[in-house]
Amino acid sequence: MSQNIPTMAEMAAEGKQPEILFWVGCAGSFDERAQRITRDICKILNHVGISFAVLGTEESCTGDPAKRAGNEFLFQMQAMANIQVLDAYEIKKIVTGCPHCFNTIKNEYPGLGGNYEVIHHSQLIQQLIDEGKLTAEGGESFKGKKITYHDPCYLGRGNNVYEAPRKALEILDADLVEMKRCKSNGLCCGAGGAQMFKEPEKGNKDINVERMADILESKATVVAAACPFCMTMLRDGVKHENKEQEIQVLDIAEITVRANGL
Amino acid sequence: MIAQILFIIILAAAIYLFSKNVGKIRRNILLGRPADRSDNPALRWKTMAKIALGQTKMVKRPLAAVMHFFIYVGFIIINLEVMEIMIDGIFGSHRIFSKPLGGLYDLLIGGFEFLAILVLTACVVFLCRRNIVRLKRFSGTEMTEWPKSDANYILIIEILLMTAFLTMNAADHKLQLLNFGHYIKAGSFPVSSLLSPLLPDSAAGLELIERGCWWFHIIGILAFLNYLPYSKHFHILLAFPNTYYSNLHLKGEFTNMASVTGEVKAMLDPSFVPETTGEPQRFGAKDVTDLTWKNLMEAYTCTECGRCTSVCPANITGKLLSPRKIMMDTRDRITEVGNNIDKHGKDYTDNKALLDNYITREELWACTTCNACVEACPVNINPLEIITELRRYAVMEESQAPASINNMFGNVENNGAPWKYSAADRFNWADADIDK
Repeated sequence: MSQNIPTMAEMAAEGKQPEILFWVGCAGSFDERAQRITRDICKILNHVGISFAVLGTEESCTGDPAKRAGNEFLFQMQAMANIQVLDAYEIKKIVTGCPHCFNTIKNEYPGLGGNYEVIHHSQLIQQLIDEGKLTAEGGESFKGKKITYHDPCYLGRGNNVYEAPRKALEILDADLVEMKRCKSNGLCCGAGGAQMFKEPEKGNKDINVERMADILESKATVVAAACPFCMTMLRDGVKHENKEQEIQVLDIAEITVRANGL
Repeated sequence: MIAQILFIIILAAAIYLFSKNVGKIRRNILLGRPADRSDNPALRWKTMAKIALGQTKMVKRPLAAVMHFFIYVGFIIINLEVMEIMIDGIFGSHRIFSKPLGGLYDLLIGGFEFLAILVLTACVVFLCRRNIVRLKRFSGTEMTEWPKSDANYILIIEILLMTAFLTMNAADHKLQLLNFGHYIKAGSFPVSSLLSPLLPDSAAGLELIERGCWWFHIIGILAFLNYLPYSKHFHILLAFPNTYYSNLHLKGEFTNMASVTGEVKAMLDPSFVPETTGEPQRFGAKDVTDLTWKNLMEAYTCTECGRCTSVCPANITGKLLSPRKIMMDTRDRITEVGNNIDKHGKDYTDNKALLDNYITREELWACTTCNACVEACPVNINPLEIITELRRYAVMEESQAPASINNMFGNVENNGAPWKYSAADRFNWADADIDK
């Protein structure tokens, strides 16, 4: 299914201004698994008829992993270059597909002169549900399925967004279960703070394996994620436990797309 | 008269010594770099009222919360009684409030006695949790001999003080019933009167016990006061300013370094002249004096409860990192720096630093910046800020990051992504034919 994904450059050439910019993020752009989520977010935007655009090749890393790893120079170089691009297109509102991009642009760009209204895609989905523009009809039924939601640190504790992603699951009529460690007590997947890009320090197990115990205990067959890094870590965890047949890890956007048959 | 003079001397000495040691801690805290936490006083007062006074973050662990609440309320309210003891001590009076307050005094003393029992119970439960049940939270590499003993000392001192308080009241009550000397009838002493059968019946013996416990109790309190600056128990004071000066931003937001902003702007725009603010500072933190005063205040506020470490994903999975250790190391190091200043003067360096001499690189790089430790702290301490500052030093001053992290930096710099993909391929995801 080919869908319409305009870039800001194309829009600007036509003299048009989209309602919202979809900030895809590096994982969403390059990671094969995350690319599917990226396309699903576009499907949702197209389905509800929101005028949007992406930066395409003009997008660059927000600088988040550099900042968490202590490279403030690199972070601010990235941030200022991105702010120049965003401001040149007079961007006002941004939806991100990644909690790390979301946190960085929303909270750390204003101090460097970049002021935008920033939401995470789970918040967009919540808004669309609240407005009645998204339902859970016409697609795959999640009725009665045991689903648990894994809170990404930079969405949950980092920005106190706990309810929006759960809202997207509540309309499924599924059997929602919380893990022992959830919401503000949620356990990290192990990828944050630039851990995604290095081997873990010596320990007795990997953090995603520790998280798997919570998932297995919840008896969920679907683990809902809202972050591409969590997605990678959770899928590796499922693989590690040889539960690929029993447990699916799906992003909130993917679940929404499936439920609506988009 | 001699007793009064003795009391005043002890009291004055205790207050002098305490002020001196608190002054030293204050001086040490102010060795930190500046940080502006003067904004939004209304929200700050509210935060302090909620978190320090109201202890709202303790609730996550209900048993500990209830027991801690007993000790906390007991401590604050029994202080009213200490006020009376002070006045009696200075003026040689006895239970000076009993006459003017009348029936209310009876009620108050009764209340204090019930609180004393609750405090005693809580202290015993806490001792059991630490020494018999051996909760995992109270162990760990940083929980060496001293921190463990410190915790036990505090509980034992509190038990002794409460026991002395109740025994004193019991003897006093019995003397009142004997109509002995100045021991005027002051109330029913609902809890301590139960101890009466254990006490002698002679007035002389009772008076000895009453006076003995009175002196033990008040000298004990003054000694305990002077123990605070050396102990994790200092949190009973610092919890208040520490929560007042809380970081009011969202936890996900890390500070933007203004010193870097100037340099980056100058790089992007050669005509930009960055503001020069005195001598150039080190990027990030190598030692405690590179941290802000707030980081250092937090180090002195930490009561080593280990809630942070018990939720740290790195620690849970057996890595070296322990957020509690980060705070304890910071406190131990700033104390050492302060002692060096006292001994050798301001310009002395011992060639030691927080990084490497206290906190290792292995700990530093195990952090996922997940903020679980920050969320867990009942008094809003932020170990993550210190970890970040140490990382900043390691990366920007020393270029000493793990090799894979350096690769990531290189990728972000060259390709605009943390992986080795070409920026030109960034929009390939949109190709319809790769859709599932």
